[in-house]
Amino acid sequence: RWLSSPAPPPRVCVVGSGPAGFYTAQHILKHHGGALVDIYEKLPVPFGLVRFGVAPDHPEVKNVINTFTQTARSERCAYYGNVTVGRDVTVPELQQAYHAVVLSYGAEDNRVLGIPGENLPGVYSARAFVGWYNGLPENQDLKPDLSCETALILGHGNVALDIARILLSPLQLLRKTDITDSSLAALACSKVKRVWLVGRRGPLQVAFTIKELREMINLPGTRAVLDPADFTGLESAVKDAPRPRKRLTELMIKTALEKPVETQAAAAGAAAPREWGLKFQRSPQEVLPSADGRRPRGIRMALTRLEGSGDSAKAIPTGDVEELECGLVLSSIGYRSLPLDPAVPFDSQRGVIPNSSGRVEGVPGLYCSGWVKRGPTGVIITTMNDSFDTAQSVLEDLQGGVLDVSPSREGFGLVESILHSRGVRPVSFSDWEKIDAAEVARGKAAGKPREKIVDPVEMLQIIGH
Amino acid sequence: MAHGILGLMRPLRRGLSTSRARLVLLWAVTEPRQSPAKLWAERGFSSSQGIQDGPGQSRSEDEVTVHFINRDGERLTTTAKEGQSLLEVVVNHNLAIDGFGACEGTLACSTCHLIFDKEAFQKLGAISDEELDMLDLAYGLTDTSRLGCQVCVKKSMDGLTVRVPMDVADMRKQVEVGKQSKQ
Repeated sequence: RWLSSPAPPPRVCVVGSGPAGFYTAQHILKHHGGALVDIYEKLPVPFGLVRFGVAPDHPEVKNVINTFTQTARSERCAYYGNVTVGRDVTVPELQQAYHAVVLSYGAEDNRVLGIPGENLPGVYSARAFVGWYNGLPENQDLKPDLSCETALILGHGNVALDIARILLSPLQLLRKTDITDSSLAALACSKVKRVWLVGRRGPLQVAFTIKELREMINLPGTRAVLDPADFTGLESAVKDAPRPRKRLTELMIKTALEKPVETQAAAAGAAAPREWGLKFQRSPQEVLPSADGRRPRGIRMALTRLEGSGDSAKAIPTGDVEELECGLVLSSIGYRSLPLDPAVPFDSQRGVIPNSSGRVEGVPGLYCSGWVKRGPTGVIITTMNDSFDTAQSVLEDLQGGVLDVSPSREGFGLVESILHSRGVRPVSFSDWEKIDAAEVARGKAAGKPREKIVDPVEMLQIIGH
Repeated sequence: MAHGILGLMRPLRRGLSTSRARLVLLWAVTEPRQSPAKLWAERGFSSSQGIQDGPGQSRSEDEVTVHFINRDGERLTTTAKEGQSLLEVVVNHNLAIDGFGACEGTLACSTCHLIFDKEAFQKLGAISDEELDMLDLAYGLTDTSRLGCQVCVKKSMDGLTVRVPMDVADMRKQVEVGKQSKQ
């Protein structure tokens, strides 16, 4: 008798199956005894940036997939892949089918430099490069040209460090990861032996974190090239800084002041070590083309000075310029969200959906979480907290009657007929588990945790669609 | 409706602390097939022996009592085996701490961040650079913070109390909907 109830169960829809989507779903399910949550995803496969953004050599970070899998398998949760919201089904249609809709679709685009030469072959966004080596279907045709010696990455965040590390890692380390076979083959032929990470501001403004920096410093077969002059006076500047900034800066200072230590590979008489370094207070002005105009030959940068301090310091051009030779340019200056549906307000300036604690401004029943809510920065814990914040808003609104759950909604029952009429066939979670099993089996032979399938058509074939 | 569920649970709730009763309720009402519930069952919930044990009564294996003050101020009390990490304690006892231990103890996140009182903190083992690196990213970092996955229970910690830090976003009261009554 305690199972029957006068009111229908609240039905919640989450758009996006990355960490934001799953943590929002998880929190609602855990703290509401009756809510039903459906998670929609445009790709056949779930998990968003955990699968396509986290570096292949960081498998521990991907452990969150286990808790997401538990959530997806739980009774009150369903996963529907291969459904592109905004095209296969619109947000207003979802609002008809569900009591609450949460948009957690992240940031699929990137910020642009806006400088001449940006569109030359050999200039790539970090986002596309990461998608390439991580098997994101839309980036499989990137075919990055790795035939030059020097690569230049614009940006001082963790994504920049990830790319530097993947470019310079010994192949035998990468071979055992879930990096795609085709990118492994491309990296095996790579001539890149020097990577510069160039930022507009100074060492105190770097956005990368200490674990990733330490990993880069300790990367076998490489040596760090940091200019001690860049760190003059910084020891005392961070004396009273919060511990994280202090430790990070001290590690950079220590590395800059140490004689270059050549790791085992070089000591054993192997080829000269690969190098990487940090350049500060340089703002890109133009990507300079080679004689045939088919690739970069270098980049011209404006030297800057800093106005203000800490996170809010601004880089002001001094008038001096410098040219740096390179054959590959990666722009790692930030991801960017795109508007999904005309019915959803979008702040193009900030690249987010206007909201207050995850409640979309002016649209009752519509919520957002993750990067599309807050902006595209932070690690998984940042997104987790943010998702819980949005889930709290949904729960409050359910409890407080702001969300009217008395009209029963059909949930996927309604969406299914819409998708069917548009020729769209969703992928279930157990379908994904078949794809997952196929990837793991293929990886086994090569000693990899999985060999990712990169063609959505092939994914659908495996599940008989 | 509400009475129905609690009524069924009444014989089982006798002898269990309130927090465990709530966990039992959550398990029965919401997600019967999830593995934490399975772990809970395997821990002796289904045996009469387990039900009759009150909190604080130590059995030969689980010698150490640990208290976790949750974000909403609730005290979650449990017993732990020597040598288990505090993360393992939370997971094995399915304590209701949201988002705890995302990376499963591999020093790749800071979600098992716990705050100790000064004396207890000073008695803990040395902290490695690797732990400090991840702790540096934790919300609400204090001078007596550690990552739960790196702190192992010792017999001398019997009665230890640790606090789960508030998250930046989590400043509002926790909302629980429909746990004690079906909507």
